[in-house]
Amino acid sequence: MKCSEFLNELTNYLDGVLDARTKSELDNHLAWCHNCYVVCDTTRKTIEIYRDSELYELPDDLRTRLRSAIMSKCSEHKKSNPPTT
Amino acid sequence: MSTIQPNIEQPVSEEMQLVRRAKRGDDQAFEELVRRYDRNVFRIAQHITQNREDAEDVVQEAFLKAYGNLAKFQEQSKFYTWLVRIAVNEALMKLRRRKPERTVSLDEDVKTEDDSLPREVADWSPNPEQMYNQAELRDILTRTIQGLPAGFRTVFVLRDVEGLSTEETADALELSIPAVKSRLLRARLQLRERLNRFFQKKASGDGDQ
Repeated sequence: MKCSEFLNELTNYLDGVLDARTKSELDNHLAWCHNCYVVCDTTRKTIEIYRDSELYELPDDLRTRLRSAIMSKCSEHKKSNPPTT
Repeated sequence: MSTIQPNIEQPVSEEMQLVRRAKRGDDQAFEELVRRYDRNVFRIAQHITQNREDAEDVVQEAFLKAYGNLAKFQEQSKFYTWLVRIAVNEALMKLRRRKPERTVSLDEDVKTEDDSLPREVADWSPNPEQMYNQAELRDILTRTIQGLPAGFRTVFVLRDVEGLSTEETADALELSIPAVKSRLLRARLQLRERLNRFFQKKASGDGDQ
């Protein structure tokens, strides 16, 4: 297996959606190819770091304000578009 | 090596009960749906628009649109996936308005050359996230993901941050599954490459950036 072939399957490999045979071919490649091992490992870390990063958390006060704005707009919408049934 | 699993599991039936109650005019049920997903919609909107005010608008507009169109929701997908589709469209519209000089679409990046192929293969410190304090790390991660084209950024956020499946991401973005997979691979590799200079083991000279 070439490194480019490994990279093409990297996303499927990390997502664990490969059949057993393909997975073991990739495992074999990783066992001897240090570069691909590093790329695979650091890509996995990249995903984990972003997943755990809590970027753009919605602050509680803003959250409350947004929700009440949404609900009041919804009720205006309901008043001007009464159910037809 | 361990695999990555999506981190969101929604009890579909309970969600659908709320949706049905909301469809019958129960606003408390709709408010519960808002409560359930407002954080996710805000995060997605801010990742796409890269602007806090726009993200706030997107949250309001997306939920209002969902409310007004609830009767049209066919229940063939999860409510959340449907809501994400609405939110992504609203966010892209904001982005287009802000950057009118370029048409922003989810298809714009397909032709990108293989700039995501690893150029520099340097191992990272064992716990790269501990090399920086929280504010620094947040800044690094924000600036890095903001540098990705909108089409890659959106797929990465939905799949890897929000934990949608490949199928759900394809559904929400109205893309094919192969398109989602190829963008996800590019996005992951580009982020990895860009994070290299912050996270690689200290030793040799500078990288290529």
